[in-house]
Amino acid sequence: MQHVDGNALAGDLADLFGVDLTAMIASCAHCGARGPVAGLVVFRTAMGSVGRCAHCDAVLVVVVEHEGRARASLGGLRALEAAPVQ
Amino acid sequence: MTRAAWHVATVAEVRDETPTARRLTLEVPTWPGNEAGAHLDLRLTAPDGYQATRSYSIASSGDGTRVVLAVAEVPEGEVSPFLVHDLRAGDQLEVHGPLGAYFVWRPGGAAAGAEASPLRPVQLIGAGSGVVPLVAMAAAHDEGADATPFRLLYSVRTPADVFFADELRAFAEAPAPTRLGLDLVYTRDAPAGAARPPGRLTPDLVAELAWPVEQRPRIFICGPTPFVEAVAGWLVAAGHAPEAIRTERFGGA
Repeated sequence: MQHVDGNALAGDLADLFGVDLTAMIASCAHCGARGPVAGLVVFRTAMGSVGRCAHCDAVLVVVVEHEGRARASLGGLRALEAAPVQ
Repeated sequence: MTRAAWHVATVAEVRDETPTARRLTLEVPTWPGNEAGAHLDLRLTAPDGYQATRSYSIASSGDGTRVVLAVAEVPEGEVSPFLVHDLRAGDQLEVHGPLGAYFVWRPGGAAAGAEASPLRPVQLIGAGSGVVPLVAMAAAHDEGADATPFRLLYSVRTPADVFFADELRAFAEAPAPTRLGLDLVYTRDAPAGAARPPGRLTPDLVAELAWPVEQRPRIFICGPTPFVEAVAGWLVAAGHAPEAIRTERFGGA
């Protein structure tokens, strides 16, 4: 399956958090790489989305929907930082 | 930043965009407006309750309740064949948006995430239907008479496959300060009199047609995943700062 990127997580994450996270900087708990959420390697299926570190491939974010409610697992994220100043 | 929400959209108009894509104009009474480059998630629900959601870039921007999409058919796809072949004016859809704070261009030089610097030119690079969010940016630039130098490098199979061809031509013929520099690279069939024979983009061609490194362009690339990753890699190898490059990958070609 061809991957997309973290831009495709915008809607699912906005449903949960109420804001757009894609311009925020994520750091990987596995390798420490930092980059915008939009740059994650994302696989989307009917069951949900998986976002992986573009550097080491570790799973950072999993978003699934069950019975109309979204659930995100963020265990692979070390930190989220506000988007750089515009 | 406008808060995203689910909206009910009514199809106002459908028209052929290319032989394999359709332009959909949606009327969304509750739409809060969107930035240039934003996308939305579109959800279809089957009679048995099965739902499928896909992301589509928005070709329009600004205030107003009209939202323009251009959808390319993905053969064997679950959603796009319906949108391209079956959707009719008057039909209703569920859309979630506006989405995306990253792959957006804001007039006046305040690009998302970049330092305010009106003199840094903008380079748009798109392939196939990946040009859609770039059209929104070029349109916002044109409508706002923004003086930021803008170029678009558009890789497309044949002249018939060009999305928003009339609009792009008009932007490229606008008065000098806001004129869009437009370079079309045809990968399969080039029209008579084209600048070069058909062929895929190469690192040399990108270097020739994009703003040079010294001008520190802000770069937006959108297209199929392999295209975006190849072109972004060439630009970094050529000396462009990775932070200056914003990408959006939509998967298969």
